Amino acid sequence: MEIAVCVKRVPLVGSTFMLTDDAMAIDTSRIGATLSPHEENAVEAAVRLIEVHGGSITLFSVGSAQAEEQLREQLAIGADRAVLIETEGTEIDSQATAAVLAQAIDQDATDFDLVLLGTESADSGGYQTGIRIAHALGRPVVTNVKGLDITDNKATCERAVGAIREVYEVQLPAVISVLDGLNIPRYPSVPGRIKARKKPVDRLSITIPEPTTIRTSLRVPQSADKGAINLGSGQQGAKALVEVFKQIGVM
Amino acid sequence: MILVYADHDRGVIEPLTFQALTFARDIDPDVHAVLIGGSSAGLNASTAAAELGEYGAQVVHIAGLSDYSDYAPLAAARALVTLLGSTGAQALIAASSPRGNEVLAHVAAITDRPFVADCYSIAIGAPHKIVRARWAGNLHEEVDVDAEAADVLIATVFPHITEATTAPAAGAITEFTAAVSQDDLAVQVINRVGASTGGVTLPEAKVIVSGGRGMGGPDGFGILESIAAALGGTVGCTRVVTSAGWRPHSEQVGQTGTKVAPDLYLACGISGATQHLAGCKNSKTLVAINTDPDATIMNHADYIIVGDVNQVLPMVLQEIQDAKS
Ligand SMILES: Cc1cc2nc3c(=O)[nH]c(=O)nc-3n(C[C@H](O)[C@H](O)[C@H](O)COP(=O)(O)OP(=O)(O)OC[C@H]3O[C@@H](n4cnc5c(N)ncnc54)[C@H](O)[C@@H]3O)c2cc1C
Repeated sequence: MEIAVCVKRVPLVGSTFMLTDDAMAIDTSRIGATLSPHEENAVEAAVRLIEVHGGSITLFSVGSAQAEEQLREQLAIGADRAVLIETEGTEIDSQATAAVLAQAIDQDATDFDLVLLGTESADSGGYQTGIRIAHALGRPVVTNVKGLDITDNKATCERAVGAIREVYEVQLPAVISVLDGLNIPRYPSVPGRIKARKKPVDRLSITIPEPTTIRTSLRVPQSADKGAINLGSGQQGAKALVEVFKQIGVM
Repeated sequence: MILVYADHDRGVIEPLTFQALTFARDIDPDVHAVLIGGSSAGLNASTAAAELGEYGAQVVHIAGLSDYSDYAPLAAARALVTLLGSTGAQALIAASSPRGNEVLAHVAAITDRPFVADCYSIAIGAPHKIVRARWAGNLHEEVDVDAEAADVLIATVFPHITEATTAPAAGAITEFTAAVSQDDLAVQVINRVGASTGGVTLPEAKVIVSGGRGMGGPDGFGILESIAAALGGTVGCTRVVTSAGWRPHSEQVGQTGTKVAPDLYLACGISGATQHLAGCKNSKTLVAINTDPDATIMNHADYIIVGDVNQVLPMVLQEIQDAKS
């Protein structure tokens, strides 16, 4: 089984968002980066599928040169090679991202049975990349997937809705966009990391379409410091807390 | 005119749709709603249309697709594309629910238009001026959307920014037909599994007793279960906890988990990362128990106890039991 996984590098934001002076981006000078979470699950799913069905995994990413760091990390987990479509640091809109990824997947020498990715990215949250890629490639797409099984070229997908799960079936080749919770992604092993150093990360240059959605500014919404009431500690704190429970009507 | 896609599950309209209708009325009072699927999909047309009319839908378009026995995103999108062509709507809006985002993204892909998800405000013009969520609402982004590319603006509304209010309108039913192929129905709900366990689910719980890394391990959650049970609530947790396999992902609160707004959110050994707060900051009362008085969660809480969960929580459980007896 040949699997393509689309992944995105995003800033690792902790307790606060710091913006650049022009308010056009997150100030990443003092923070690290990570893979957008749903895509960690997509890579893990791909690795598990290959373990059962054989085949190979190719990662595709649109982003800055630094995205190689996240690609190497996923190569260490079990992907075989990566293709990076470099942008000059600026983020491009969802429509353009999908167009570029679809073209990269389409023109690749490998015919992919499955394209996996996250349902939405952590930062832009556009909910459309997978669907647009599917249309561009002329394949069916299932989104929001939290359970995945593939037998005889047919994918059975589960999607959580409240306490129950909806089941969808789709014939490969297909595009499937997944969510956090599909699996627990493994950590790279030391031998995995050593192997990953030798795996290819190819640079691909694709003309990026003109944007249709243009950012004019970013802002951090003000959250009022609630001026929390300290209930004290120990037994006294526990007693005071139970009084609060009574007051707000949960007891 | 603005067209609002009303997502329904076997006839039950997604409640966020009423917020989307209210939101759309603010842009243009001439709001139409659209429902996909006839009685074979469990839809009672007149009841559903009356509900949508209550929230301001002048007209309710219904595509009674014969093979549409259950939700099928691409088929729904094809029907919407047909309707956009015949009604001349200036915008297609839906709630930012999994289905709302999915169907509208399909429409955008089919018609090669932009799709703007999770909007806080929309001003239609040239360009369209939109404020939308990034990072699950932790950042607000102002964008200009090209009016030529988006000759029909396709967008979803961020949940709970508008309170659904009624504005009775005719809700007049008009049926339309759309050409939907078997391929468009290839992805469709074919089954539902995992009947509810009877317990309260996270989104509906009035009380959520939530634990983070500070609970120390899977065993630490026993006390949280006891407190949750005593208060008729349920257990939540952070991503650190689900990633370590201490608790199932269905209990994760946050950006990539469930977003909740209970009467009480009791955060135990949780630091308060932005991605966690994205899921719980709308709680009516937030209480944090943490050894670190400077933890971020302390600034977002209504009440705090500075202390070790291993000491404080057994006392809290004891006090609850004493108060009850
Ligand atoms: C894109 C993205 C999406 C994410 N989505 C989510 C999400 O949906 N949900 C989510 O939760 N996280 C999410 N995260 C992870 C998030 O950034 C944090 O890593 C996570 O929420 C931290 O979990 P925590 O509070 O349990 O752990 P920590 O941050 O390690 O905090 C542990 C806290 O416990 C306290 N503590 C320790 N011992 C005790 C004790 N004995 N008694 C009392 N207090 C104690 C400490 O003081 C500390 O404040 C996401 C991250 C990214 C990058």
